[in-house]
Amino acid sequence: MSLLPNTSVLLGKELRTEFRSRELLTTTIIFILIVIVLFSFTFDPTSDESRHFGSGLLWLAFLFAASLMLQPCFLREQHNDTLSALRLSVSDPFAIFLAKLVANTLFLLITELLLLPIFSAMYNVPVLPVLHWLALVFFLGSLGISIVGTALSAISAQARMRELLLPLLMLPLLTPILVASTEVTKSLLERAPYVPWKGVGIVAVFDLVFLTVLWLFGEYLLEE
Amino acid sequence: MTPPTVSPAGLRLENIEKRYGSLYALRRVSLLVAPGDCVVLAGRNGSGKTTLLRIAARLVRPTSGSVSFFSSERDSDTENVKPGYVAHAAMAYDELTAEENLRLFARLQSTRQLETRVDTLLSEVGLGERRTSLVRTFSRGMRQRVAIACALLKEPGVLLLDEPATGLDPQGVAWLATTLRQLRDSGCTIIMSLHGESEISSLGTRAVRLEAGSLIADTRTGATFRTILTFADA
Repeated sequence: MSLLPNTSVLLGKELRTEFRSRELLTTTIIFILIVIVLFSFTFDPTSDESRHFGSGLLWLAFLFAASLMLQPCFLREQHNDTLSALRLSVSDPFAIFLAKLVANTLFLLITELLLLPIFSAMYNVPVLPVLHWLALVFFLGSLGISIVGTALSAISAQARMRELLLPLLMLPLLTPILVASTEVTKSLLERAPYVPWKGVGIVAVFDLVFLTVLWLFGEYLLEE
Repeated sequence: MTPPTVSPAGLRLENIEKRYGSLYALRRVSLLVAPGDCVVLAGRNGSGKTTLLRIAARLVRPTSGSVSFFSSERDSDTENVKPGYVAHAAMAYDELTAEENLRLFARLQSTRQLETRVDTLLSEVGLGERRTSLVRTFSRGMRQRVAIACALLKEPGVLLLDEPATGLDPQGVAWLATTLRQLRDSGCTIIMSLHGESEISSLGTRAVRLEAGSLIADTRTGATFRTILTFADA
């Protein structure tokens, strides 16, 4: 079983290269910040309005930030043909995907958790009492976006219209998880917050199904 | 360079065909490379050399035909042979240092005595003093040295090289020729694509020429060998 050791080595590489260049994190944080600030000018963010629109706004910002983050995921492996080097080195190609999707989830979560206090302050929505539940839904939602996005990034990296292809393929596939995550976040931001377990379940099942599909067919996505 | 302790392996390519839509990159190419052979692949640009090497490395799936490696001890197919591969590109991460790159691939390949092997290879490829420099600061030739060091990490029985002298200065070419000679003499099977005659092509024990995806010449003899490399009859 070399999957986990290989994944941890590759995850270390992903984190090291990102924290050295800070390309993805900087871009996504700035992007989400701009979206949140811009929207705060379009309507008067009273507490009630924010509770109504806030969750949709948050997940829309997360989605676009994710597509920015996921685009170069496999593209930068092509620059020096490092993907070939990885394929020749690992015994289980799923390790390449697993490391990338864990790294992407982590980067998305960092971005989301950094911007949550700013959202809370600008839109007058207290998030502290439900922070642990929000962290759970952010984690499950980001994991789902990362799983689908990482797989599609591998496909689109080899295509001609790659910049267009990723969002085009990703948005329809992510619709169920985005709807469910938005609903759960909305319930958590209510005056009397509650956890809609059905929504959480949908997101968790989505993650599990797509992770299994990636595990079964990921190898074919890496082939030239 | 320290002579590696390789387990020689041979390569069998049977009726390899590769199509990209209606374009034929390779047309029914068959090649049997004995363990310890040093094969020079010659051919004009677009003749299918890179595709053949990538298929041999199992990076590209052929449209039809089969690829297998066999050990010298017994003539049976073995899945355990993992060839070393040096591509056109550096196959190393720009944001990592030379040492970090080698460590990364050594860990992924579960290389034995990792630290010693990385230190030895870095010294042997002449990057001992630049080991902590990021690869993005390297010249083309230095990147090529990193790529070669990565390919040699696990002392492969088969080494596939796609125009390995590209970007190397005369000293670099001399170093590469010495390295490949030692590998060949220690029993490593080498298949490399080259353009024209050079210090490196003189290591070849066999020359194969591809044209428009077809194998059109295969020889071991002196005069024809030279003709194949220089396209003298083309």
